[in-house]
Amino acid sequence: MDITLRINGATYAGSPEARKTLADFLRDDLNLTGTHVGCEHGVCGACTVIVDGRPVRSCLMLAVQAAGSEVTTIEGLAPDGELGPLQQAMWDSHSFQCGFCTPGFVMQATAFLRDHPDADEQQIREALSGNICRCTGYQSIIEGVLLAAERARQS
Amino acid sequence: MKLPPFDYQAPETVSAAVELLAEHLDEASVLAGGQSLIPLLAMRLAHPAVLIDINGIHELSGVTVTDGWVGIGAMTREYVAEESGTVAESLPLLAAALPLIGHEAIRSRGTIGGSLAHADPAAELPAVARALDAEFVVRSQSGERVIPAADWFEGYLTTSRRPDELLVEVRFPAAGRGTGISFQEVARRHGDFAVAGLAASLTLSDGAISDARLAFAGISDVPVRATDAEELLVGERPSPELFDEAARLATRDIDPPADLHGSSDYRRKVAAALVRRGLRAAADNADERQ
Repeated sequence: MDITLRINGATYAGSPEARKTLADFLRDDLNLTGTHVGCEHGVCGACTVIVDGRPVRSCLMLAVQAAGSEVTTIEGLAPDGELGPLQQAMWDSHSFQCGFCTPGFVMQATAFLRDHPDADEQQIREALSGNICRCTGYQSIIEGVLLAAERARQS
Repeated sequence: MKLPPFDYQAPETVSAAVELLAEHLDEASVLAGGQSLIPLLAMRLAHPAVLIDINGIHELSGVTVTDGWVGIGAMTREYVAEESGTVAESLPLLAAALPLIGHEAIRSRGTIGGSLAHADPAAELPAVARALDAEFVVRSQSGERVIPAADWFEGYLTTSRRPDELLVEVRFPAAGRGTGISFQEVARRHGDFAVAGLAASLTLSDGAISDARLAFAGISDVPVRATDAEELLVGERPSPELFDEAARLATRDIDPPADLHGSSDYRRKVAAALVRRGLRAAADNADERQ
């Protein structure tokens, strides 16, 4: 099926098979490989992207269903190679180990902080509870998101 | 794994969707939010010849109020219901259960009708629908049927919807004054399927219980009403002793499943604790809503 959609502010067109997930379409057809595919059934959160303002699991959505949508992927957070404020705070907090789960955590946290700029540690922990880090580095991930929220409040 | 191939159809009206269902019957699956069906496809546990995507049918979304009932369109997304003022005010039990469903990203896509048509007995919404005696409106080419919740859930992932029917709306009775609610569950991690869950609603009139509704999630292949406990409660005044006895009656005859998250006996003990907690919380809530 022919589809057109907006990704990170640019227009993309493609012809994915109906059964292709948005995650595979982003990676295989558009070469936007920042979105990672972990479990492929909606459990790990690694493939989280923002579709029309909401965080979604891109492995649980067909590419054809994203036709006409506005999608933000991890590539959209650092368009010029400069880290965004959340990414910088997570960098400063050594939030990541192997990095595989990173894009999913960053996209979920981006959507959550936008809606809850005053979130406390417990709320952040719950908001990120659907994302799995197999290195189990949750503590430093939470610290990074907290630091980003604190910096945003101060600026 | 990757999804198996299927013929993809995306009707834009209910009549076009039911026409497709009439044509393909058991060969077709209906794709709503996809948060359960797409994993089933990915794991090759479902392999429909035709996938009927109803996401483009706008008439299936929305919350309406008619004569004391709140109708929720089947394609209404869980996060939309979660943010609905009407749901918060008129369906506090549903409002309490919604944030417990999966995670934020799941509720972005997941729908009220999808969860209830999927009919996972461990999920929150089936217990809410069963507790409130919700009504399920299904449509086919031969017309519309309204199915009470007591008849909707037939077994594990099985409902009384016929293959040519589409679930279009679920109607819930609005909570009146003096009705207090609580949704309780025990899960190993926020967002996981509960070891056991309970939807509880109590209505107090002049200090006595005039209506009691208790429905369990996760203890059988369908959501289960605790009718013996409900009968005990009606006419009585809330007290810890009464709630203890209700918990005993509610769990006396249940035979919960066992898995690696809990034995059958553990689930029964959890269920009893949920009844005590749920009744206490619902009674406090009812006092606040007098």
